[in-house]
Amino acid sequence: MHGLVNRALQGFLTDTYGKEIWDEVLSQVGLPGGGFESMLHYEDRVTGDVILAAADVLHKDRCTLLEDLGTYLLSHPNQEGLRRLMRFGGDTFFDFLQSLDDLSGRARLALPDLDMPDLTILHDSHNRFVLSVRWCLPGAGSVFLGALRAMADDYGALAFFEAEEGEDGDERVVIDLVDQSFASGRSFSLGGRPA
Amino acid sequence: MIPDRVIGLSGTALDQLMPMHIWVGPAGLINRIGPTLSRIAGKDLRGQSLFDIVDLQRPKAARTLEALLSLQGARLTLCLRSRPDLPFRGIVVGLPAGVGGLIQLSLGLSFAKAVADCGLTLKDFSPCDQTVDLLYLREANAAIARESRSLTGRLQRAKQAAEEQALTDTLTGLANRRAMDSALRVLTDAPVPRFGLMHLDLDFFKEVNDSMGHAAGDHVLTHVANILRSEIREGDIVARVGGDEFVLLFRDCDDPDLLDAIGARLISRLEEPTIFDGQQCRISASAGSVLASRYDRPDPDRMLNDADVALYASKNRGRAQHTLYSEDLLAPLRPN
Repeated sequence: MHGLVNRALQGFLTDTYGKEIWDEVLSQVGLPGGGFESMLHYEDRVTGDVILAAADVLHKDRCTLLEDLGTYLLSHPNQEGLRRLMRFGGDTFFDFLQSLDDLSGRARLALPDLDMPDLTILHDSHNRFVLSVRWCLPGAGSVFLGALRAMADDYGALAFFEAEEGEDGDERVVIDLVDQSFASGRSFSLGGRPA
Repeated sequence: MIPDRVIGLSGTALDQLMPMHIWVGPAGLINRIGPTLSRIAGKDLRGQSLFDIVDLQRPKAARTLEALLSLQGARLTLCLRSRPDLPFRGIVVGLPAGVGGLIQLSLGLSFAKAVADCGLTLKDFSPCDQTVDLLYLREANAAIARESRSLTGRLQRAKQAAEEQALTDTLTGLANRRAMDSALRVLTDAPVPRFGLMHLDLDFFKEVNDSMGHAAGDHVLTHVANILRSEIREGDIVARVGGDEFVLLFRDCDDPDLLDAIGARLISRLEEPTIFDGQQCRISASAGSVLASRYDRPDPDRMLNDADVALYASKNRGRAQHTLYSEDLLAPLRPN
């Protein structure tokens, strides 16, 4: 697993729950203090172990924890860079949803060895989309559920989300887009942050 | 052959297809300009003369529509006269029936500056334009470069810290100066310090190094280290403290004759020639020693200094020998 993925998990746990919790997770998994390096690779097993240990330490179920992770990644000030990259996907939440097909390709353009899930977005009916997620570890659907909630807020769109188990073992998020311009959303300037 | 049929496009369609176009009329006046280009120009350019507004830099300057149209299909480099800092890439084609020309532009390599300076948004780019992908890559790469830099910085600091804490000489595997200093401090701090300290310096090492090269020098140093290691007891310490300088610490030792015998044996073993690359390397060594028991309260610096005095006495007496420190050695150093 790419260090960036593990580093994102580390950022989520330290920024949300504090360093003590992160240290406890590390010691449960048996990893040395400090944590992950974003530019190194780790065994997939380690990522799974960290998720399991964090759920245990925080007394949360795995899905809720991963949903919170997804929301954190696109709404926490420490992850502003990631939110900006996602906003390149489209001018409206509708366009953004359509662009999810390109998301993994774009990410691999920048980091060819990044473990991105396979994403397929289906425009099911007028306001209904189905995102299908396939990844090397279970739970990526929950991460996207949380992430899409955060992005809907970011665009100021009103939408409802639901997780679903796919037929061939993929995880699905069903999106009902109620109102594209429900609120003003957060500002985004293509050319970068105003200094 | 199918005739090259003329198509008609509405202005809105043209804006959507080519948001950075300029339609020039037969008199060289601007008839229409794409919305993105308008935004970059910051004002309405319709009705103005193209050549007052646009500076064609490559392949060659053109001041008339005819000259411009002669470049049909070529790759143009041009900019707005008001924004010479934003060079565009472009192409021009002639319109049928002599109604002028159509220029299509792209931001080229100035895309990031143009987007930031002119406040362009996603809506300003056609879905076919890859500028947004370029912007995406640029930001992603900058973030990755930041991560890599921070990793390199952390690794460098860790390496430095590890070197600072290292206790081994990397070439010979012997203890280094830091390890020797700390062992010496422990020995002198003992309630009743009882140990010997020997300072040993190779003779003729520089000659081997100079005449046979650094590889031979390294070979000799490794060879010396092996001999020194094999001649000491477990619990004694041998450290390389300089290029060809070594310090040996002998525990539970307060016998000057024993120290002298060890010194003599070490030197005679070091004088046995060693072979490097088919050639003999010959060196010797001078040594000076001191016993902790001769001081009321031994001090590491004082002991190292006294061993040094004894070492230089050996050198002055013609090298290849061992000397035990005594106050008499200081006599020749004193001014008359």
